[in-house]
Amino acid sequence: MKKSVILGAATIAGLAAGAAAAGTMDDVKARGKLNCGVTTGLVGFAAPDANGEWQGFDVAVCRAVAAAVLGDANAVEFVPTTGKTRFTALASGEVDMLARNTTWTFSRDVDLKFEFVGINYYDGQGFMVPKSLGVSSAKELDGATVCIQTGTTTELNLADFFRSNNISYEPVPIETNAEAQQQYLAGACDVYTTDASGLAATRATFENPNDHVLLPEIISKEPLGPLVRHGDNEWGDVVRWTLNALISAEELGITSANIDEMAQGTENPEINRLLGSEGTLGEMLGLDAQWALRAIKAGGNYGEVFAKNIGEDTPIGLARGLNAQWTDGGLLYSPPFR
Amino acid sequence: MTTLTDPPKEQFRLSMLLYDTRYRSATIQVIALIGFMLLAAWIISNTMQNLAALGKPVEFGFFAEPASYDINQRLIDYTSRDTHLRAAFVGLLNTLVVAVLGCVTATILGVVIGVARLSHNWIVARIMTVYVEMFRNVPVLLWIVFIMAILIETLPAPRAFRGENPEASMMLGDTVAITNRGVYIPEPLFSNTLGDIHLFGDSSLRFNVSLDLMAILVVLGIGIWVSRWIKRRADRIQEQTGDRPVTWWQRTAVIVVPMAILLYLLGFHLGYPELKGFNFKGGTHLRNSLIALWLALSLYTAAFIAEIVRAGILAIPKGQTEAAAALGLRPRRIMRLVILPQALRVIIPPLISNYLNLTKNSSLAIAVGYMDITGTLGGITMNQTGRELECVLLLMLVYLSISLLISAIMNWYNESVKLKER
Amino acid sequence: MSDIGFVRTEMLPEQAPPASEVGIIGWMRHNLFDGWFNSALTLLSVYFVYKVLAALVPWILSPTWDAGSLAECREILAGLGREGHYAGACWGVINERWIQLIFGFYPAELYWRPIAAFILLGVALAPVLFSDKVPAKLLVFSALYPFIFPWLLWGGTIWGPISALLGFVIGWLVYSAVDKAMSNLVGIIAGTLAAVIWWLVLSGYFVGAMDTIAAIGIEPVESRKFGGFMLSITIGVVAIACSLPLGIVLALGRQSDLMIVKYLCVGFIEFIRGVPLITLLFVASTLLNIFLPPGTDFDIILRVLIMVTLFASAYMAEVIRGGLAALPRGQYEGADSLGLNYWQSQRLIIMPQALKISIPGIVSTFIGVFKDTTLVSIIGLLDPLGLSNAIRADANWNGIVWELYGFIALLFFAFCFGMSRYSMYLERKLHTGHR
Repeated sequence: MKKSVILGAATIAGLAAGAAAAGTMDDVKARGKLNCGVTTGLVGFAAPDANGEWQGFDVAVCRAVAAAVLGDANAVEFVPTTGKTRFTALASGEVDMLARNTTWTFSRDVDLKFEFVGINYYDGQGFMVPKSLGVSSAKELDGATVCIQTGTTTELNLADFFRSNNISYEPVPIETNAEAQQQYLAGACDVYTTDASGLAATRATFENPNDHVLLPEIISKEPLGPLVRHGDNEWGDVVRWTLNALISAEELGITSANIDEMAQGTENPEINRLLGSEGTLGEMLGLDAQWALRAIKAGGNYGEVFAKNIGEDTPIGLARGLNAQWTDGGLLYSPPFR
Repeated sequence: MTTLTDPPKEQFRLSMLLYDTRYRSATIQVIALIGFMLLAAWIISNTMQNLAALGKPVEFGFFAEPASYDINQRLIDYTSRDTHLRAAFVGLLNTLVVAVLGCVTATILGVVIGVARLSHNWIVARIMTVYVEMFRNVPVLLWIVFIMAILIETLPAPRAFRGENPEASMMLGDTVAITNRGVYIPEPLFSNTLGDIHLFGDSSLRFNVSLDLMAILVVLGIGIWVSRWIKRRADRIQEQTGDRPVTWWQRTAVIVVPMAILLYLLGFHLGYPELKGFNFKGGTHLRNSLIALWLALSLYTAAFIAEIVRAGILAIPKGQTEAAAALGLRPRRIMRLVILPQALRVIIPPLISNYLNLTKNSSLAIAVGYMDITGTLGGITMNQTGRELECVLLLMLVYLSISLLISAIMNWYNESVKLKER
Repeated sequence: MSDIGFVRTEMLPEQAPPASEVGIIGWMRHNLFDGWFNSALTLLSVYFVYKVLAALVPWILSPTWDAGSLAECREILAGLGREGHYAGACWGVINERWIQLIFGFYPAELYWRPIAAFILLGVALAPVLFSDKVPAKLLVFSALYPFIFPWLLWGGTIWGPISALLGFVIGWLVYSAVDKAMSNLVGIIAGTLAAVIWWLVLSGYFVGAMDTIAAIGIEPVESRKFGGFMLSITIGVVAIACSLPLGIVLALGRQSDLMIVKYLCVGFIEFIRGVPLITLLFVASTLLNIFLPPGTDFDIILRVLIMVTLFASAYMAEVIRGGLAALPRGQYEGADSLGLNYWQSQRLIIMPQALKISIPGIVSTFIGVFKDTTLVSIIGLLDPLGLSNAIRADANWNGIVWELYGFIALLFFAFCFGMSRYSMYLERKLHTGHR
């Protein structure tokens, strides 16, 4: 009698959800929407605003890819994923790409069969403590209670760090950043540990940010980057080079302000190749010539995206640090567009 | 449905499978079985294909690999070098702890509140009604995170205990510290300990049984048995002579005296919590996550149990109360001797399903970071190894076994109190 | 004659009862201060209520409705001279986000659709729930409603739900034809097969063809856009509606004399009831796609709907089994004696009565499922609780706790309390009618 609700729903939703075939790019184009996995909410990286529009640093990557492939930076469906559900969502084809501050590790790349297309943020696990605690090094934390966000590599790094330094601690695993922050501020834990960017972002929103310090130890390398499914290299290339286009744009001085002017053609052949006024790079990717132009226009170059979402002028106030261009002493180094 | 008369020696025809009620049921069953097996085969073959495509064949070998994460609350020894299986075992014990604690507290609270709702005191009855409606109509997950937030925000942090004029101080003569990291209570210690028995060698299921605890349990058991024997003897004497000998001091003594001697021999003393470094050290640490989960599950389930108890009491005809009153029993004895034993028969079956619900709801521990089996096996282990199929199936199997065990025990108890109908 | 009389001939006027036994004082003596124990309890309770109110009321009365961020709230409160952590609530977050908490990310210009869907739900349920006040003809609408509801929420072409409905019609036609020609059992099998073939194979062509002829439809909305209370209610309603027929089948199976069918049903019911919902949601989020043919991919909300439906159907089966068991044996025997076959007697005699008795149980199952929908936040769906985490990740509202939880709890309370009151009313009504 009422069994058909599910069938009705299935038919209708079935229209929207196609089968995950080999060609992700064709799927995306056919669908007219990019399905992009993001976090369920992390300040500065991804969170919905009052109108339900997603904003943030990771979100900008999704928008750039959508702009490059579909020509519309808003043609993105954001799929919030937790630490637990993100890999299944990607593996099952529910999302086309994951831009969810995910650490590039050997086992995720090789064993879980994913393809990390690059690094959009170099991070590392750090510690935040209240100044009043009088601690200046993580090695003085013997017996401390440590709040950890679960579902990440964080808890493994932490266990290794304390074990190798032979000091004891009390882990308090917590699902979301908001709750970890609440516990830390109330003093239910002495230390909060997660990626240094997350710590800085969290600290920035405190009533009195200056009462808290980040300890100098960075106990792990956390290269965060977008990832796609293994085995679909065309799609992987599109996402990889969209990210590289954003990074190169900053290096080459292309900003959202001067991009239209530069797209007319410049003296620099690499800019011309990137923006499509010269060469056939877009065609090689299976896109049109203006793909990178649109991707950069969506939110600006890497530097602009950074400054707008997590940079020093935002409440989060992260310095570029490792994430500066290689020319400025950072690690961002995009392969050439040639 | 069976037909009474069988026509003799009728030739079997194929159509009889459909039209003859003797064979039709077999036909239906065979069809159902084939359908079910086809469905199962379809799912299994899909799974095999999908897993092959993902490159993740089903195998449980990863359980023997080191878990590499730490667990804060562990009833048995565990380090991050232990295996995933060990971590799951630690989680299972944590699940059982919170389930047992929750069931006991919920029952006590539920009975008190259920009776209080029927109180003549207007304001008490109203408050209890508000309590029941408040807890029944808001999701338990919300209560869990809410109570956790209350614990964290309103209780003092350990650093508030420090300094010349601390903002907070320990309670009960400096023996109990209530902080927003949990409650620290004195722990029992034995200076002449008997040691432990190590079960299962070095395997992941190794388990230490404290001989001290066993000795205490044995002495307590013998004491209670002797005490009951004294009571039975007193009953016999009362029946024969009409006089009941005064036995209360004998009955207390046979329990208390041997216990006191044993505790003295074992060198029993209490270890008190002390503020050292970042945290309180010593004593037993009941973590916040355990308390929040325990409280939330107990309060939530107590609201349901209260309703069951109330319904059970109201289901007893008023004549029973009146007849008991006519016998000269006082109200409290009427409740204890007449109403509750009868109400129990109505109460127990729904009580079983509430215990089951509480146990299953304990899986929401994940919301407050209590490391139960969902947090270890279904949480970090699943997340780190990427073996969803194996972890989820095992998780289901564990919960299913716990549920079946609880229903078996409670059904057995229900049988024993059920009205013996003749 | 002396006028000394020993017997009073006229009645004395009635005296007013003592002041301590009537009016407010009497009521208080009886209900509040009846003995020392009760008096102590009363005083304790009054003190408790006072403490709770004294803590809550000043916090709730906080003029922060228009604040745009937590910092702004703190400024407003500091301006009033109210300092400290619990100076007052920050209602700005509710003002800014309440629409999101209710509708999720559903397009704002289409809000009328979920609203209409839920109002029509009331209309469709009216003939079932208030059978004495509403004309029974509305039942036709109730039968059609399961097709209207998803169409309104998800949108898309109108031919989808029509085609789904056609499946039932075709199944029924085949069944009645075969039933007459051959036998009841073959009829049921053939009817089911015909319907399944229609849905799986032919329906797609039909919808495509009709769409090219006459494209009638409304803007489709993907289930991803569902969030907040709308998501909770949708999951609850769909799960209960779909689990009802499943539950009936399972309950009948469990009561059946056919051993294999019985054990299959018992096994399914006990399995689902023995595991926590969260593990089933893990299946939805991580395993369901693995169980289906390679390449199948439908979105997470649909997968959650499937698993919650299976979950609810086991509980529904037990509720309906209770209803079946409550029917007097004579009803079954009466049906048999009229010569009705199994399905006829179920359809005409047993089920109408059993279902009616089961309505309160069904309502409380619904309340339970509705409350349990908050669990989907654990697998990353943005139900009210999941959204509250997302909102707290917004830089403006980072640090908000109680306001959001309070608001969500209040809405859940209002909904569940209303339903449970209705269920109790129904129980009382049925109690007199069916004994």
